[in-house]
Amino acid sequence: MKGDRYAYFPGCSQKGTAVEYGISSRKVAEALGVELVEIEDWSCCGATPAHTVDRLLSGALAARNLATAEKMGLATLVTPCPACLVASKNALELAQDDESLKELNELLDLPFKAEIQAKSLLQIIFEEVGVDALAQKVKKPLKGMRLAPYYGCLLTRPPERAQFDDPENPISIDRILEALGAEVPDFPFKTECCGAAFGLPKRDMVLTLSGKILDMAQQIGADGIVLACSLCQQNLDLRQGQINSHLGTNFEIPIFYITQMIGLAFGFSSKEMGLDRHAVHPDKLLKKWEEKLKE
Amino acid sequence: MRIGVFVCHCGTNIGGTVDSHQVAEEAKQFPHVAYSTDYLYTCSEPGQQEIQQAIKEHNLDGVVVAACSPIMHENTFRRTIERAGLNRYMFEMANIREHCSWIGEDKEANTRKAIELVRMAVAKVANNVHLHPSYFDVNKRVLVIGAGVAGMQAALDCAEGGLDVVLVEKKSSIGGRMAQLDKTFPTVDCSICILGPKMVDVGQHDKIKLYTYSEIEDISGYVGNYTVKIRRKATYVDWAKCTGCGLCMEKCPSKKAFDYHNEGVAYTTAINIPFPQAIPKKARIDPKYCRQFTKGKCGVCAKVCPVGAINYEMEDEIITEEVGAIIVATGYGLMNIEELGEYGAGRYPDVITGIQYERLLNASGPTQGHIVRPSDGEEPKRIVFISCAGSRDLSLGRPYCSNFCCMYIAKQAILTRDHIPNSDVYVFYIDIRAPGKGYEEFVRRAQEEYGAQYIRGRVSRVYPRGRHMIVKGVDTLLGTQVEVDADLVVLATAATCAPGAEELAEKLRISYDGYGFYIESHPKLRPVETNTSGIFLAGACQGPKDIPASVGQGSAAASKVLALFSKDKLESDPQIAQVDESRCIGCLKCAETCPFGAIEERELRDGRIVARVIETVCQGCGLCTATCPPGAIQLQQFTDNQIIAEVEALCQAWKERSSG
Repeated sequence: MKGDRYAYFPGCSQKGTAVEYGISSRKVAEALGVELVEIEDWSCCGATPAHTVDRLLSGALAARNLATAEKMGLATLVTPCPACLVASKNALELAQDDESLKELNELLDLPFKAEIQAKSLLQIIFEEVGVDALAQKVKKPLKGMRLAPYYGCLLTRPPERAQFDDPENPISIDRILEALGAEVPDFPFKTECCGAAFGLPKRDMVLTLSGKILDMAQQIGADGIVLACSLCQQNLDLRQGQINSHLGTNFEIPIFYITQMIGLAFGFSSKEMGLDRHAVHPDKLLKKWEEKLKE
Repeated sequence: MRIGVFVCHCGTNIGGTVDSHQVAEEAKQFPHVAYSTDYLYTCSEPGQQEIQQAIKEHNLDGVVVAACSPIMHENTFRRTIERAGLNRYMFEMANIREHCSWIGEDKEANTRKAIELVRMAVAKVANNVHLHPSYFDVNKRVLVIGAGVAGMQAALDCAEGGLDVVLVEKKSSIGGRMAQLDKTFPTVDCSICILGPKMVDVGQHDKIKLYTYSEIEDISGYVGNYTVKIRRKATYVDWAKCTGCGLCMEKCPSKKAFDYHNEGVAYTTAINIPFPQAIPKKARIDPKYCRQFTKGKCGVCAKVCPVGAINYEMEDEIITEEVGAIIVATGYGLMNIEELGEYGAGRYPDVITGIQYERLLNASGPTQGHIVRPSDGEEPKRIVFISCAGSRDLSLGRPYCSNFCCMYIAKQAILTRDHIPNSDVYVFYIDIRAPGKGYEEFVRRAQEEYGAQYIRGRVSRVYPRGRHMIVKGVDTLLGTQVEVDADLVVLATAATCAPGAEELAEKLRISYDGYGFYIESHPKLRPVETNTSGIFLAGACQGPKDIPASVGQGSAAASKVLALFSKDKLESDPQIAQVDESRCIGCLKCAETCPFGAIEERELRDGRIVARVIETVCQGCGLCTATCPPGAIQLQQFTDNQIIAEVEALCQAWKERSSG
């Protein structure tokens, strides 16, 4: 661990739909000695809609946050959200072209050098903190929990942009969960798409795709799914009831953020990790775990 | 000096963007030029005749041809002027095609540049001197590296042609990939049945000296006279004594050694003979698994060996061989299955490679030819083949076609239906590449006679569901997603260069492409030569190849060696470095920079140390001449005077243009 300070970009989800992801991210980072400095006056990264409309303007949205972080003298932007990460990386990629960089600078009211890096919080934990350091901080190992690691479509892709883990068979969440003491089965659908932002225009599609992921998790006997994307969490957790009525199933699979699981293993309470905010309550699993810990 | 200039149009190749006629007209003004003309195709027979006629009529003693690259035709024109009685080195070529017409569209600028290039060539040839080759003896022995089917064919053809052959093979038996195959396409004949007799021929031929379980340590020398150091790796078994009885294998307690011949689908013993038809049929100990080596005690094989051949103290041995030519036939490797995360990446036992499947089909394989699932040993009823697994995939850095997979998948589909008649066979393909003789018909047979179901489209994911594998892909002809519930999945993994191909290329000083495959001299016209004279290529070391192509190339390489050795003496190129001993200060900086080791120290009678160029080793690269502080070492045909003359001609052109 280098003890670096990072420019923290929470993005809209960490302040809204995925507030527990934001809370657990901050707490876990603090416990790990990773200093997250929230970017001043940050704005929307552009996320899903902007890049489909105008590449330059969407680049400028993300670039504004990157430029502010640069102004704050920080070398790496960190975000828990894969969509924010891709938006930031796209802006940095766009800025590689001198012409585009000039145009971006004209759109922004502050200078943008594009020298900053962008990484996910998962990447920081996996690569810079490392699983060994993580394991040393475990107070309550996740004994007896069988957890399916789920990465979704965006976290490691496109590979030339993500520059992290294997695009087809990523292992970072697997290794982290193992270090926390959980049982991690091979999850064949670890990079399948959950339906992403189609929840509003094409809900059936999301229900079908997310349903397949839940089905696979059930088949491999997972107690829960662990992920690192707020949209995936929303589709799998919040819509689980809809999925059940759509497909005639009765899934009851809790969906966790990786930071929440790290937090639990570090000894934070489930409330501190915001587990009470989830639609599918993990009480049963947590009870089983508590009993296992007492053994 | 009387110089003739011949400017080529090369049809529109040059004539389209260079005014060749104007170039010829301008050249008439240059010093020493006695004759200048342009011609549509200078390299054609009438074109060459015109040069010869002009030499006689105008009493020329130097010739400049302004045409294409000297790589293409310098030798052609040297022979032309030689036939007209000139020294072949009184010739210069101005490259006005690759360096001029092909790279610019501005005809006026191109013409100006062409004139300048011709002017430089004229200035250079005016300073040329007559050079004469010297002749050296040839060692008429040939080294063949790699004893797969291509190397074996090359070795046999050379040996039958009367040459002594040194055949070096990395593995402990010869036979290569072909020895691992069950049947061959499109004839479905037993692979080892046709290869075995050839292997025996190689093993018993009195002109072939076979070194198996050996690698090339170092190569020095030049065409006609190579010195090769061969590392004979320790087998820990005295092969002079070993009879191949196999008793040691029966008794060896370490039974979990990696089985290379069976591609890891089975285990073997730590001391083993790789397969029943192995040549030489001798045992070898794999020290990674041998208890004597890993635990320090066992010694069972030494106790049971009836001839006392086991020697745990054996060490690698370096052997030196002298040869005159080298045939490289190191074959190919296969992509690591773990690079294919979407297909299970080695995580699922029931996803295997084509060559592993080949071993399962093989009667002398680990299952005696019964197809079983690695996970539970049961007979699979539904088998899915996936072609282009890693090939033709830019995202994996392998955009090339692996050449033989379409065909071996068709073969394996046929064999599967033969072995398990009530099985379902699916083949996912991008498109079928079956251009060989009888190949297309063979693929049709797999589909029509044997009922293999071909699905055109890529597979996106392979994952387990219960005891089955789900193969999820797309059928691009139906335009729909498909899922096949399979018992076994076979991947046609991409062919790669042989492991260690780059290192060997460095030792041989031959070039290789971005994927590690060796580069031939010319892709169409010199397919088995390399740019290093005396070194030839055969088989898949140059790119993925099937058996007929490999055998054909093996024979072709052998014929090249036989042609090379048909002369008793070889000509050495006189365009090499030469030391002016009176100017040499003996610093030997030249020897330090020479990449070929062509410069040695020499003591004169007065005790002075000077450098000396070993004529046959020097490749004429010119590094030494750039290094030499007093300018004592000069590259013949590229002397300082000649290069300065060229530069002066160019400066003169610019001066005239700026003042005019």
